[in-house]
Amino acid sequence: MAKRIFQIFRGDSENGVLVNFETEVKEGMVVLDVILEIQAEQANDLAIRWNCKAGKCGSCSVEINGKPKLSCMTRMNEYFSDQTITITPLKAFPVIKDLVTDVSWNYEQNKKIKPVKLAPESKSEKGYVMYQEDVERVQEFRKCIECYLCQNVCHILRDHDKKDKFIGPRYMIRVSSLEMHPLDIEDRIPELKKDYGSGMCNITHCCTDVCPENIKITDNGIIPLKERVVDRFYDPITIIKRKIFGKKKKRLPPF
Amino acid sequence: MLDISEIKTFEHDVLIVGAGGAGLTAAIEASSQGMSTGIVMKSLLGKAHTVMAEGGMAAALANVDERDHWKIHFRDTMRGGKFLNVWRMAELHAKIAPERVRLLEEWGAVFDRTKKGLINQRNFGGHRYPRLAHVGDRTGLEMIRTLQDHGIHQGIQTYMECTALELLKNENNEVCGLVCMWRETGKFIIFKAKSIVFATGGGGKAWEITSNSWEYTGDGYALAYKAGAELMDLEFTQFHPTGMVWPLSVKGILVTESVRGEGGILLNSEGKRFMFDYIPERFRSETANTKEEASKWLSGDLNARRPPELLTRDVVARAIYEEVKAGRGSKHGGVYLNIATQRSAEDIKRKLPSMYHQFKILAELDITKEPMEVGPTCHYFMGGIRVDADTTMSSIPGLFACGECAAGMHGANRLGGNSLSDLLVFGYLAGKHAIEYAKKITVHSQFDADQVTKIIRSATDILNRESGENPYLLHEKLENNMQKNVGIIRTKDDLESGIYQLEKINEAYKNVKAKGASQFNPGWHEAIGLGNLLITSEAVARAALLREESRGAHTRADFPEEQKNWLNYNIIIKKGEDGKMKLAKVERPVPNPELERIAKSSIDALEKEIVEERKQEGI
Repeated sequence: MAKRIFQIFRGDSENGVLVNFETEVKEGMVVLDVILEIQAEQANDLAIRWNCKAGKCGSCSVEINGKPKLSCMTRMNEYFSDQTITITPLKAFPVIKDLVTDVSWNYEQNKKIKPVKLAPESKSEKGYVMYQEDVERVQEFRKCIECYLCQNVCHILRDHDKKDKFIGPRYMIRVSSLEMHPLDIEDRIPELKKDYGSGMCNITHCCTDVCPENIKITDNGIIPLKERVVDRFYDPITIIKRKIFGKKKKRLPPF
Repeated sequence: MLDISEIKTFEHDVLIVGAGGAGLTAAIEASSQGMSTGIVMKSLLGKAHTVMAEGGMAAALANVDERDHWKIHFRDTMRGGKFLNVWRMAELHAKIAPERVRLLEEWGAVFDRTKKGLINQRNFGGHRYPRLAHVGDRTGLEMIRTLQDHGIHQGIQTYMECTALELLKNENNEVCGLVCMWRETGKFIIFKAKSIVFATGGGGKAWEITSNSWEYTGDGYALAYKAGAELMDLEFTQFHPTGMVWPLSVKGILVTESVRGEGGILLNSEGKRFMFDYIPERFRSETANTKEEASKWLSGDLNARRPPELLTRDVVARAIYEEVKAGRGSKHGGVYLNIATQRSAEDIKRKLPSMYHQFKILAELDITKEPMEVGPTCHYFMGGIRVDADTTMSSIPGLFACGECAAGMHGANRLGGNSLSDLLVFGYLAGKHAIEYAKKITVHSQFDADQVTKIIRSATDILNRESGENPYLLHEKLENNMQKNVGIIRTKDDLESGIYQLEKINEAYKNVKAKGASQFNPGWHEAIGLGNLLITSEAVARAALLREESRGAHTRADFPEEQKNWLNYNIIIKKGEDGKMKLAKVERPVPNPELERIAKSSIDALEKEIVEERKQEGI
């Protein structure tokens, strides 16, 4: 196979340029293979994060020709054979070096979320009782590999840099995975409105489009959460009911 | 001149190295009693190898088959390990695993469910009953995320992208600290700790075809060895039977054993289901010998015996190797693994979603319609740091080890699913005993500044050299050598030539050079990891040469059978006074008679015994 041209960002948050590399692309290669080949043969200090090389760990997120992708799951034959491939770091986060960005902000968001708290009365001698049909909804959210591609394309974070106002799609579905857990009894709705910024999302579905796990982040995760916030804080009938009858408890499955 | 006082120092009661399932479990346990706990990791939090585990965690919950019991799990583990396991570790593991799996659920893990709403369990190689708690084929992700999300609220201090360089000891030969390097800045840091837990995983990156990532450079083995700890059973390296073989760029990537657990069959190029020809004597009475019986088992007949595809990993890997060698391999040098003819497309996508996705994208193949091509891939180290079974402490006071980097639990061959449960059980025990040890120490020991200077100098020399060997290309040489000479089938000649090659690579390594600056420099990190990998590789090759028998994952073509006499010995490796690697055949302790009786019982007798026991207890 012929040699192909790659443009890879090299530098840090202050200075950086696209550097041209030429390397051979063999059958079946993914973009990460190319990067690692260039690293081994031409630029030993080219920085990239990667681990599993099979779409399971979410480390190797980059932008390929402007599109946020996992480089280990992007095959070279997706591109025309004479097309130059441009590889740049995630735009929404500060560059540390080359293709590596500082994603520590994400870890800070996770800490804000109240952990799981299961209803003790649902525990039997053989553990908690939950049915498959009841857990499937949260199992979808729990497929998340924390690649941060959704955080990277979210307008609120990427274009408006409102990282102090919105925790981003990744952590919205983390909240979904807890709020929709069939046995969780914690209440995160007030924080959702106040601290997590559920009102910031304007449902453009960009996060869903880039999710390598095909999680329907917007439709199945964020929208239902927004609805819960609206029910709690903006629905006059619910407000009156709550004033009279007190706070509604979560429904637990019978067993 | 290097000024040590300028290097930042952190103090913790307990320091954990490695943030996979074992490290996180240990950290959670250590912090639970208010001890100051730090955890150092090479990657970002949540990205460790555990995330790649697919099939499940083995525990005798008896949710799917009520006949299951810790004794049966223990018996399976010992037989799978060819009786070389540390008896007490296999016992603790089988007994404690169920409660640790349930605790994971308490912390938020959402396992697949049985019809009755309990944690579902699936079949796996070598396990008598469906025993693996799982979430589709992404169980490792569920485990690490659960531990991570629970751990961040426990006050554990995390140090991400931080590479451990060497241990520090005080004048009493006790562990008292660790020198590390921030990958991002290339700056060095020192940790003072009263006890240290290694949960550093394995060293599969020494082979060309491996399911392991760049992280698996045997850091724990090398650091412990350099500090004077004993290593054990390093000759037992597991080759997982089913790695991808095509395309070349993904060669070695794991294809979960769940494919066979869910009914997948292995075929050679002639379309023959060859595993029926490879059933070992020890498992003959418990394995189906016809296709008809195997399909009865798949449809849920409790009296049918298990299909031969679910024999232990060492057996299946060797069978595949033999078929390929005999010229009956697939197009790209593997064999065929077919689930398409055994299960509906819908079932496959539901039970094996990530396998479906992986093959669809990486090999452009639809596993619901076509067979996969698979072959053996280096996967797991049964051997590692020698530890005390109950406390997990190594031969150096204050240094603990758990998970893959510790030896003993799995003997000569690990059963699938016993790794994730190992992490939960021994991670917990390591954390617990590391705190107890730390509690006895009132003040942190002073470290020796000269020692620190030496450690840092040896790391920076790699950068400062004018010119030298490319670390990536040297690593490639090592991989080729281990693949060729210390592979799945070994001989004296190959091993000797492997060791000779290793000496040459070691010599070249002394002149390894990383280009560029110290900030996030993968070439430099590669070179540092390679040093650890070389020590690990030498230990594996030398131990493999010494063990003149075939047992479990260690196969010697020149000594094709298990030798009864060798069952009484472990190979212990230690750094000698002269700095050279010393190996010794060390006699194993006499097993506890009750445990021995359980492991050697016939399955029928043991099942009857359990039924009687339960009757008496009124269950």
